[in-house]
Amino acid sequence: MRIPCPLCGSRDIREFDYMGHAQALDRPEPEAGAQAWDDYVHNRDNPAGPTRDLWFHGLGCGAWLVVDRDTVSHEITAAALARDVKGGAA
Amino acid sequence: MAELVAKSPCAGLLPISEGGVTVSEVDPGPITAIAPFRGKEKTLNTALTRAHGLGWPAPGQSDAAGDARIQWFGHSHALLMGVAPKASLANHAALTDQGDAWAVVRIDGKGARDVLARLTPLDLRPAAFPVGATARSELQHMQAAITRVGRDAFQVMVFRSMAQTLVHDLQVALRAVAARG
Ligand SMILES: [Zn+2]
Repeated sequence: MRIPCPLCGSRDIREFDYMGHAQALDRPEPEAGAQAWDDYVHNRDNPAGPTRDLWFHGLGCGAWLVVDRDTVSHEITAAALARDVKGGAA
Repeated sequence: MAELVAKSPCAGLLPISEGGVTVSEVDPGPITAIAPFRGKEKTLNTALTRAHGLGWPAPGQSDAAGDARIQWFGHSHALLMGVAPKASLANHAALTDQGDAWAVVRIDGKGARDVLARLTPLDLRPAAFPVGATARSELQHMQAAITRVGRDAFQVMVFRSMAQTLVHDLQVALRAVAARG
């Protein structure tokens, strides 16, 4: 598997660490309630098909990426810097 | 008062040579990491050009002007090498002295690319990685920075603490490539 890093170009999977579902970017408000926090911290779908992950290019540029991937075909359809996806937050 | 003698990262380990490929240590001079403050990328580029004759490098690019070299070094991150940074840069970026932090070596010779190909997954064909191209990548489990400095010459940087491992892994790869003739 190869991931197209927006900074480095297409790179071998061994340069990356899997950091879980991109749901981690959507942190609930502190007072959002137990259900929202339970979902955020613990509950994940296990899709056969398209999913969206976070990957860390630790043996490359050091950027966190948001990667669209198909768990059945292993096709990667998009990769973006998490900073750009998340917007202005530092 | 004790007289302290500076010791280079690869002192006593290099140069080594095998099958026409040579690995030698490079003295990079001062090394400063430059990380632009958010929103200051443009003014940093201007300040760098004014101070050192070098613009902010695009991802995967390196450039030189006189003794000064700039090398892209990751996400929002570059190294200025060979000269001390002008103070004006500090208005636009975080500057960190990394002068003693890196082992820097040069691999020279016709088989240099074959040697590296045993250690890194990078595409090093000249079309994909021409002279001046630089990359952060893996070199036998080490976080490395690899730059093509000539047709058959590469500069490799790893953390200083890994100098001995770097030389060992390069030595093994040199022998393996030489053995194939
Ligand atoms: Zn990258």
